[in-house]
Parts: sequence; C-alpha cells; structure tokens
Amino acid sequence: MSTGFQDLGLVHFLGDPTIRSALWIGTMAAMLNGVIGVFAILRGQAFAGHALGDISSAGGAAAVFTGISALWGFLGMAWLAALILSGLGLKRAGERDLVTGVVLGGGLGISALFLYLDATGSSHSGATVSIMFGSLFGIPGSMVLPVILSTLSGLLLVLLCYHPLLLIAADPDLARARGVPAGLLETLYLLLLGLAAAISALTVGAILATALLLGPAGAALHLAGRPAQAFLYAAGIALFCTVTGIYLSYESFYWFGGTAWPVSFFVVVLVLLSYLLAAAWSRTGTVPGRPALHGAKR
Amino acid sequence: MFASYMLHTWIMASILAMATGILGYFVILWRSVFAAHALPLAAFPGAAAAPLLGISPLWGLFFFSGLGVLFLRLFSLLGRKDIAMGLLLTTFLALGGLLLSMGQEYSAAVFSLLFGEILGISGRSFLPMVLIALLVLLLVLANFRSLLLQSVSPALAAAAGISRSRLDWLVLALLALVTAGALPIVGTLLTFTLLVSPAASAQRLCSHPFWSLVLSVFLAETMTWLSIAMAFWTNWPPGFFVGTLGAVLFLLSHLTARFRSGLRPSADTAGRPGLSSDPA
Repeated sequence: MSTGFQDLGLVHFLGDPTIRSALWIGTMAAMLNGVIGVFAILRGQAFAGHALGDISSAGGAAAVFTGISALWGFLGMAWLAALILSGLGLKRAGERDLVTGVVLGGGLGISALFLYLDATGSSHSGATVSIMFGSLFGIPGSMVLPVILSTLSGLLLVLLCYHPLLLIAADPDLARARGVPAGLLETLYLLLLGLAAAISALTVGAILATALLLGPAGAALHLAGRPAQAFLYAAGIALFCTVTGIYLSYESFYWFGGTAWPVSFFVVVLVLLSYLLAAAWSRTGTVPGRPALHGAKR
Repeated sequence: MFASYMLHTWIMASILAMATGILGYFVILWRSVFAAHALPLAAFPGAAAAPLLGISPLWGLFFFSGLGVLFLRLFSLLGRKDIAMGLLLTTFLALGGLLLSMGQEYSAAVFSLLFGEILGISGRSFLPMVLIALLVLLLVLANFRSLLLQSVSPALAAAAGISRSRLDWLVLALLALVTAGALPIVGTLLTFTLLVSPAASAQRLCSHPFWSLVLSVFLAETMTWLSIAMAFWTNWPPGFFVGTLGAVLFLLSHLTARFRSGLRPSADTAGRPGLSSDPA
C-alpha cells in the first residue's frame, strides 16, 4: 500500500503546505458551487451566475491595485453586481439576460481598466493571468481560514433555508402563496451566488469560475432522480474535478519538463468530461426521474 | 490619431460596428445574449494558437469560432442550452489560457487578447477581414425578412416555409464571423457589448423596426469610434471604453424610455419593439 502511495507521489503532494491550502480552498469552492449551481440551473439563471464570476474579476483587479486581499475584492464586486442585478429586476425573464449582459459588459470594462493599471503600475505584471485564469498555488495560507468560514456559513444557510429556497426555485408563485418571504430569500440566494462565484474565482480564475458552478450541477441533474440527490452529486462531482485537477497540475510539472499546466485547465477539462459522461449515462435510460428535474425551467 | 497606421483600425472598426449593430438587433430579438457572449470566447484559443503554429491569427480565430458553433449545437442536444454555453466558454478559455502560457510575453498577450488593442489588426489580415465583414452584411441583408419574421412570429415563419434550424445555424455562424473579426480590436470579453448594448438601447428608444435598426447601427458606430479615439488618447484598453460606454448608453436609453412612458402611461415602450403589428 505504501509503495502505491509513493508511486503516485501522494506523500510528497500532501506534504507541501502550498498544496494543502490549495486543496482546502478547492474543496470549499467545489462544495459551495456544486450546491448553489443546482439552484442556479433550476432557476434558469446560468447566465447571471456566469456574469457574477466574470464581474468579480474587477474586484480582484482592484484588490491587487489597492493591496487588499483578493478574496475580499472578488467577494465585494460579486456582491455589488448581485445587488445591482436584483435591483434592476432579474425577475422578468425576458429582460433578464439583456440587463445581465449590459451589467456584465460594464463590469468587465472596469476590470480591464484596473488590470491595465495593475500591469503598468509596478510589480503586478502577472495580475491579468492570476485573476482571470486563477493561481491556486499562489494563494497565501492566511486566506484559507476566511474561505473555510465563509463557505461553511454559506452551506449552513442553504441547509437552514433548504425547503423555501427550493420552493422559490421550483415555483415562485406557489412559494408566495404559501407565505414564504420571497424577496428576502431572493436576496439571500443572490448573495450566496456571489459568494460561490468569488470563491470559485479564487480557485480557477474569474472568467473560468462558471465551470464549477454550472458543469457539476448540470451533470448532477442528468443523474439525480430527486432534488436532494442532485445537490449531493453536484458537490461530489465538483469535489472530484477540483481535487484531481490540483493533483494533475502538480504532477504535470514533471511530465512537461518543468512547466506545470494551470490547475484551472485540468479542472475545466474534468468538468467537461464529467458532464459528457453524465449526459451519456442518462441517455442510456437508467435514470428514471431525470426528465422531470432536468426539464424544469426553459 | 488618423495617421496611416491607424487607418486599418478605423476602416475595420467602422465596418464591424455596422455588422454588430445589425446583427445585435436580432441577438436582442432572439434573446441570445448569452450566445453572443460565449462565441467570442470560443474564438479566443484561435488567437492564442496562431503564434505557436506560425499562422495568421485570422485563421485561428475563424477555425475556433467555427468549432465553437459546432460545440454549441452538439451540446445543446445533450441538455440545456445555457449549460452548453457555460461549458463552451470555460473549455475554450481554459484551452486558450494553456496555449498562451506556452508562448512568450504571457501576461501582456493575455491582456491584449482579452481587452483589445487598437492596433490589433495586422496588415496582412486586413483585406480578408474586410471581405468577411462585408459578407456578413450581405448575408444579414439577404436573410433580413426571414430573420425578422422568425423573431416576430415563429408560427408564421414556419407557415412561410422558413426553416428554424437553418436560421439558427445562420445566426450562430454570423455571430462567429463578426466576433472573430472584432476580437483583435475590442477584445474577447467585450465584443459582445457591441452586439448587445446599441441594439438594446435602440429598441428602447424607437419602436419602429426599421428606424430602430438604423439607430442601432448609428449607436454601434458612435460607441466604436468614441472607444477607439479615447483608447488612442489615454492608452487605456479599448475594452474599458466599450464596456462602460455600453452600460451608460443602455442606462440612459432605459431612463429615457421610462420618462417617456411616464408621460404617456398607456404606451408600452419597455423593451417591447412594436413588431407585433408589422406585416413583414
């Protein structure tokens, strides 16, 4: 057994403190995004979820410029965008994509300016790559604890509000008729979406953040028969993709003669493959409850 | 600002703005904003791969945006369209990031591809680009009636023998061509704003289909020219100006429409182009 471990380089892999913080942050990003992603897809808000990730890059770039921690930059901007989107009326489905697109354009524009200022400023010439495509191995260890705490409180909130959140996702009118505080839950959901986007941005980069949000949840909805299963599968698939991605990126340093391929590349490819596998699996017709869940909304 | 080395940019940007203004009109009517955002990102690895393979970025861009269209159509068969688009854009972006990391001047290359460069069009890709942009214009104009009818009333379009799937392919292909052309100047991430913002603003301000289309082209041209001029003066990335001008433009036209509908409470100007009465 121990020789098997050594063959894979696992002892060395897990012994590295950089890897350990990467694994912690990746795990948190995977679990939160898997769970929130299922809500996002059930509500037909894939584009909004994607937009929050992209827009958070402006916060990350501003954080580099002002010297604050990247997590707060990503989170602040994602939350600001979430509040703007909910204020502008995400409710009317027809207008939603349009408004989301315009806000996304504005956010990316600001991101362009800050990244330009970062690059011309001084020693931050690599900011564009690390913010847009992630630099999981470059995250300081001090950021691990805030990420864990905010993720766990996010997951706790989901657990506490599980039924009402699911109800407003599945049937908002019924939820309102039953006296569920829809407005409050709507805001809570958007803030959670922003948190998921921010932590995903930290892990795989702002413009790739969507991969963890939509891919695993989409795959899970192909496989699951009941909502609760979908959340578990999504978190599991996201976790598998992230951890394996980190491992492969670490190992790729040895495969390609001293130039490691980015973590985000491996994670994205694994997410794509798992979505394909899940879709193929559900095509074989072994999952009885699939159409009901997957066909919901749009 | 109008020196000879800027001439290609001005000509190219003007033709592209016209194409995006017209095509954007249908992007808004068909509610395909996410597709308009995802397709330019699919072209991104093309620009990244070109220097590695020693080919002109133009062919890389067209190859990958074509690949993006195929990917989108195939994945839409597997499940929902919005997931297909999310997977499309992350996969292609990640691939582009990987390819760029293998080249020289990694960070600077990533930045100018993502957010544009006013001198992004090289001399040898100028002529093919202009021809392709003109082709897009011709194709849109040739299919104008079918596209409009399809967006107004799918049932009528079906009755008239217009194939929905053929038009879907056409719109995606046109989007791919336009974005591949605009990408080097405006940047991967913000090309879609040129498609969305002028057209959406025009539809808020003006309910007649034809004048709304003209206004959309006019706004797209104004936005593009202003962005290039300001990028030239400040040396800031063009993407910044395109993105923020787009948001400001939409906000202003939204407020104008609100104000007008406040004066005439019965009028429905909120984004509903008055197409339902158009005989097409």
